[in-house]
Amino acid sequence: MMEFITKYWQIMLAGTGETLYMTFASTLFAYLLGLPLGVIMVVTARGGITPNQGVNKVLGTIINIGRSIPFIILMLVLIPFTRFVVGKAIGSTAAIVPLTIAAAPFVARVVEQSLAEVDHGVVEAARTMGATKWQIVYKVMLPESVPSLMRGLSITTITLLGYSAMAGACGAGGLGDIAIRYGYHRYQFDVMVATVILIIVIVQLIQMVFDAITKKIDKRNK
Amino acid sequence: MIRIEGLTKVFKTSTDVVALHDINMHVERGEIFGVIGMSGAGKSTLLRCIAQLETPTEGHIYIDGDDISRLSGNESLALRKRVGVIFQGYHLLMQRTVRANIAFPLELERMPKDRIDARVNELLELVGLSEKADAYPSQLSGGQMQRVAIARALANEPKIILCDEPTSALDSLTTKSILGLLKDINKKLGVTVFIITHEIGVVKAICDKVAVINDGRLVEQGETEKILRDPQHPATKLLLGIEDIDNSAKGGDAE
Repeated sequence: MMEFITKYWQIMLAGTGETLYMTFASTLFAYLLGLPLGVIMVVTARGGITPNQGVNKVLGTIINIGRSIPFIILMLVLIPFTRFVVGKAIGSTAAIVPLTIAAAPFVARVVEQSLAEVDHGVVEAARTMGATKWQIVYKVMLPESVPSLMRGLSITTITLLGYSAMAGACGAGGLGDIAIRYGYHRYQFDVMVATVILIIVIVQLIQMVFDAITKKIDKRNK
Repeated sequence: MIRIEGLTKVFKTSTDVVALHDINMHVERGEIFGVIGMSGAGKSTLLRCIAQLETPTEGHIYIDGDDISRLSGNESLALRKRVGVIFQGYHLLMQRTVRANIAFPLELERMPKDRIDARVNELLELVGLSEKADAYPSQLSGGQMQRVAIARALANEPKIILCDEPTSALDSLTTKSILGLLKDINKKLGVTVFIITHEIGVVKAICDKVAVINDGRLVEQGETEKILRDPQHPATKLLLGIEDIDNSAKGGDAE
């Protein structure tokens, strides 16, 4: 055991670092794209604050297409684009591009769902107070759905952690890469098991942190 | 203060539903005006038209002389600030404290923070919730939440407040105190109160005038005292006649 740890702790640590880097960076960028998309979906929906069937249908279709493409395929298809954006197609930084593109439509749906849960009556009350549409979005819909948005964020982060392991198989580095290279290609099952355990621990920690934050910020059950 | 002329509202669905038919009404400055009717009579639609939450199919609504359907976007926003609205379901922001809820309409106005604080303190005092300023809505009773909603509706110093079944979710004692507060506001601040209800008790308690709506039509209106003493229309008699049942069923109508 000690021998195993002294032998592998360095690559495990580096792998964990790369995995966390890919996960959090792509989550951040996916929200930069997905959050506005989700907001647009909700406000343009039938019965939304500025209904627009055209915009809603077109965006909805694009989001569905984005979500339909299997991640592995998307990553390969995006190689030229990735190279254009970060200058290379291999490594953790390069993997952030396809991870972001894959997660953005997912984030859009998660955000859409959270915002759609906001009590319609509260939005109406804000309208009667003379709130502009923009004020309704950033002063009512977003703040009121923060607990739900946080839950969505934890789901997205953990999903991206899984995707980043997949990206590892295509040269992105990280724990997924270690599991495949040592565990699968070299039959070092102990390394694979250790990597999987590490991923499980990371997922548990992320979930625990998000649960604690969500509980703390939700004012509905004080 | 509020003049309604030939107001008709049709909801276009597979079969058109006429929610309101040729309503004419005049609410004078400083009075408490009640609109009573059974569930589904169209009274909430009437309030929603006045509050600019629904667009009338035909007819005109004048508030303080302005035809609300002819206002530009900005004028319409400005008018909303001159008309407070409170709802049966309170519709408070659940993630904000009582203080921040009352401050909300003032924040929309971009009022400076120190002036907001001063105004909110005044309003908290007015509705008797100063000690609950930092509580969240989920920690309050129904009556307290409605007080917060009233304070919030008054924040912009409106001349009119529209009340959509404000006490229908409250017990009789709390109803009494909320109605007392509305009456107080009417007297002290001279705010015109327009109140929609299905409870004849509400009309008896505070309304100077009352209009009866039945099946989308205005069937009777006048001084409360006179209507109560000498009801003409069968719908009015029904509303008066079922008074006991109505009282015992108070709060049962969740809509």
